[in-house]
Amino acid sequence: MADDSKLLKLRVISPDRIFFEGDTDFVELRTSEGEIGVYKAHIPLTAILVPGLLKIHLDGKVKIAALHNGFVEILPDSITVLAESAEWPEEIDIERAQNAKKRAEDRLRSGDENVNVARAELALRKALIRIEASGFSEK
Amino acid sequence: MASMRDIKRRKQSIQSTGQITKAMKLVSTVKLQKSKNKAEETKPYFRHMYAAMSEILAKSGNIDHPFLKGDPSKKKGIIVISSNRGLAGGYNSNIVKLVMSSGVSKEDCVIYAVGKKGKDVLARRGYEIAEDYSEVMGGPVFNDAILIGRKVVQDFNDGKIGEIYLAYTDFKNTVSHIPTFSQLLPVKRTEAVEEESENDKLLFMNYEPEAEEALSMIIPLYINSMIYGGLMQAFASENGARMQAMDSATNNATEMISDLTLKFNRARQSAITQEITEIVGGANAIS
Repeated sequence: MADDSKLLKLRVISPDRIFFEGDTDFVELRTSEGEIGVYKAHIPLTAILVPGLLKIHLDGKVKIAALHNGFVEILPDSITVLAESAEWPEEIDIERAQNAKKRAEDRLRSGDENVNVARAELALRKALIRIEASGFSEK
Repeated sequence: MASMRDIKRRKQSIQSTGQITKAMKLVSTVKLQKSKNKAEETKPYFRHMYAAMSEILAKSGNIDHPFLKGDPSKKKGIIVISSNRGLAGGYNSNIVKLVMSSGVSKEDCVIYAVGKKGKDVLARRGYEIAEDYSEVMGGPVFNDAILIGRKVVQDFNDGKIGEIYLAYTDFKNTVSHIPTFSQLLPVKRTEAVEEESENDKLLFMNYEPEAEEALSMIIPLYINSMIYGGLMQAFASENGARMQAMDSATNNATEMISDLTLKFNRARQSAITQEITEIVGGANAIS
């Protein structure tokens, strides 16, 4: 590339705020097809996100956030993530996540026909991601 | 002419009403500020969502997806966003009028009501209320939009409704709020095609999973964001409308008070004059 810089522009937008806007040299995301990592000059791609960790690499440092539900639009020099919810580890209420995890597990185990399995699984996945992400909190 | 006591009593009652409306105006001014900021903050998300949707639609060519076709023979679902409380001028009646004049007949639609006032009026006019989310209007958050969005999309998939509309009040600025009726499903393709010419056609976007599958995942997200945008706009409009209504009520009260003060003073003056005349007349008669 003519442009020497290896940085790409990342924007993470959630409904209530612009969650993150800035440069990065490598981004990791979890899409419905699996985990992907994006460097500069990636082919244009739109992918669906599933609950997972977002890792923003810059100058050897990594910033981590929990993303739930959304999609990502990748262009050669920029990435736009539209997420229905995005949280930094510091913002996660670990107790609430633990409770949600327990609730979801109970619902899945109950074997009740009325349980919406897909939804309970999604809730469980979200809770697990929150718990995982909160482990990266900068204390 | 009304007696002095009557005028005084009337004046006092207007004064206390004026105080209430003034307090309500102050409260809704503060709420308006907050909700206005929130409505502003949702815009980037909404704009990107819209742009991405349009792009996908433009590039996906002639795919045959239920979300793009709808079913005119089935009932139409209308999400009506009004307020839970009155005293907001024409805010609620405007949105109800909009729904009634939208060209959708009352037998042909079901209402997903957000806001008690709109729901009550529509129910009285014989509309079918499928769902009531009025408690949301206390302070809408994104999860509320997801809740409503999930329900309407499910009803759409189940074939209960064939089209989805959203009726809300768009917040242009503090003084102008425009009742808006917009179509959520089927997604209008015409708008998307126009966008295409502006966007750089050079970029060839890849989809993971395939465009069609991506579409069926992104459209519900798009609907959620539309509903959320509508909720935020309506919430800001509600407070704006209430602030205006309370402002003019306070002004009217002030005007009436000054009018009554004048009347009161006149009545007092004439009473004094009459008394003096009587005393003078009495004194003259004695001498």
